[in-house]
Amino acid sequence: MRAYLPDYELRAPRSLTDALALLAREPGGWRAFAGGTDLMVLLEAGLLTHRKFLSIWHLPELKGIEVANDHVTLGALTTYTEVQRDETMRREFPLLGAAARETGGIAIQNRGTLGGNIVNASPAADSPPALLVYDAELELVSTRGTRLLPYREFHTGYKQMNMQSDELLTRIRLPRTTGDLKTYYRKVGTRKAQAISKVCFAAGARMNDGRIADVRLALGSVAPTVVRCTQTEELLRNQTIDEATTKAAREMLMTEITPIDDMRSTADYRLNVAANLLADFLRQLKHT
Amino acid sequence: MKRKKDRGAKGNAPDAAERESSAAEHESCADELIQLLSEDGAARRRFLKQTLLAGGGLAAANLLFSYHARASAHTSAAADAAAAPSNKLSTIPVTLRVNGRDYPLQLEPQVMLLDALRERIGLTGSKKGCDRGQCGACTVLADGHRINSCLALAASYDGAEITTIEGLARGDELHPLQAAFIKHDGFQCGYCTPGQIMSAAGLLREGCPTGMTVRECMSGNICRCGAYNGILAAIEEVRGSKA
Ligand SMILES: Cc1cc2nc3c(=O)[nH]c(=O)nc-3n(C[C@H](O)[C@H](O)[C@H](O)COP(=O)(O)OP(=O)(O)OC[C@H]3O[C@@H](n4cnc5c(N)ncnc54)[C@H](O)[C@@H]3O)c2cc1C
Ligand code: FES
Ligand code: FES
Repeated sequence: MRAYLPDYELRAPRSLTDALALLAREPGGWRAFAGGTDLMVLLEAGLLTHRKFLSIWHLPELKGIEVANDHVTLGALTTYTEVQRDETMRREFPLLGAAARETGGIAIQNRGTLGGNIVNASPAADSPPALLVYDAELELVSTRGTRLLPYREFHTGYKQMNMQSDELLTRIRLPRTTGDLKTYYRKVGTRKAQAISKVCFAAGARMNDGRIADVRLALGSVAPTVVRCTQTEELLRNQTIDEATTKAAREMLMTEITPIDDMRSTADYRLNVAANLLADFLRQLKHT
Repeated sequence: MKRKKDRGAKGNAPDAAERESSAAEHESCADELIQLLSEDGAARRRFLKQTLLAGGGLAAANLLFSYHARASAHTSAAADAAAAPSNKLSTIPVTLRVNGRDYPLQLEPQVMLLDALRERIGLTGSKKGCDRGQCGACTVLADGHRINSCLALAASYDGAEITTIEGLARGDELHPLQAAFIKHDGFQCGYCTPGQIMSAAGLLREGCPTGMTVRECMSGNICRCGAYNGILAAIEEVRGSKA
């Protein structure tokens, strides 16, 4: 049952500066409220334990997709719809568009934000694997200053993050060095739309002379956080793609991820599906 | 939530944060939520309290407006004022522009757009199905884009152009989508229909990108009666005549 609304407090600071000042004044007291598509679900279910929220939806500093010479930055409030419609994103970062397209339904895509998906820190979220493949960096801002953090170092454990209570995620930065990757994205869920992943797999690679020159593998729903599978990447680098390589890579991947049984699926199913997706990716890579 | 001890990042006793997270991850399945909810005695007690205080009969949503909010009022302008005293009814002025007409309202900042439309303005065409973004019954257009009004705070749509099912017809003349839904039998019980039609109206405005089917561009609008064939036929016909 829905929570008792008057127990909650919501403020809408005029500017980013005001928002940061409020966060600094009462550390841990306030939390950001972006599109609300995660938070409202908890509220409706009576499970939202935090009480004081700061609406950031209207803050211009957190909006927009900016293209610079060596990187693209996405405001934390960039919606899934915006990701899918942006020309540069479609051309250079197709994995993110693929993830956006399979997130929720259209109305969720119009309202849900990348920043919310990241900070909500669900290991089953669908855009983080794509962000990991692209070596995304996060811009975190507080009254103490701005820091840039590799996204890979952001999730430190189940729902644990390298983020202080006075910080806001303002922008996501993607280096423009991956436009030529051969990419692969598969979300495996119960249905096409409005379903949470059982396994989510994002990958990119470059071939050189029949060998794998660069490979990036990232998965969701198979560990306490979304993960880059660096040992499997290491094993694949400089290899040709044949049966033996694929077999070794499957085995390595299955030791590198640690899925669990839960309401959506089982550990066994996830291990097998993850390995099959890797094999499918390698097969496609070989034939392109 | 069953978490293997050796693998999970946490122990087996789910704490509040974990319950929060599990709800967020599992919202797709009603059974799971019911399971979670039945664990949350606090939420049930709060509801019982609300219902009893209201004399037992009123819908919980109505209560939101008759309560003395502990929340403090904060408009953008008052944002950095010191924390307001609690225990008094505190509302903010919000003007919702719905179907071309302005509705000046006094709302608690936490009120959902769907509730404001239905309970305050009296436009009950937008339906409440799940109240958590899963079914699409509450779909309205905000500045031409589809949103789930059950997930949207009314205050954040102050000044936006909201269109609901009541705003589609021109007098007695049905919107082409409404006429096509009737012609193609795009419904059985009709509960999802306002949301389906508003979503279709959004689709016509937003466009359905090449490579995507109408079915995909309508994702998020669920029909329990399974009238999908009629719904798609109606939308295809209107799209076809526009193209
Ligand atoms: C029906 C439905 C289907 C869904 N399907 C999917 C799906 O398929 N895949 C998927 O991955 N997700 C899905 N979601 C979850 C959700 O839509 C996404 O996680 C979304 O990206 C959250 O963004 P938001 O802006 O709505 O976040 P909010 O709900 O506003 O916030 C989420 C969390 O992030 C924090 N936060 C948000 N922005 C910032 C910021 N800039 N700085 C610091 N903290 C911040 C908030 O404090 C909160 O803890 C679904 C949700 C619903 C309701
Ligand atoms: S009521 Fe179901 S999506 Fe809003
Ligand atoms: S017509 Fe009954 S739910 Fe769609």
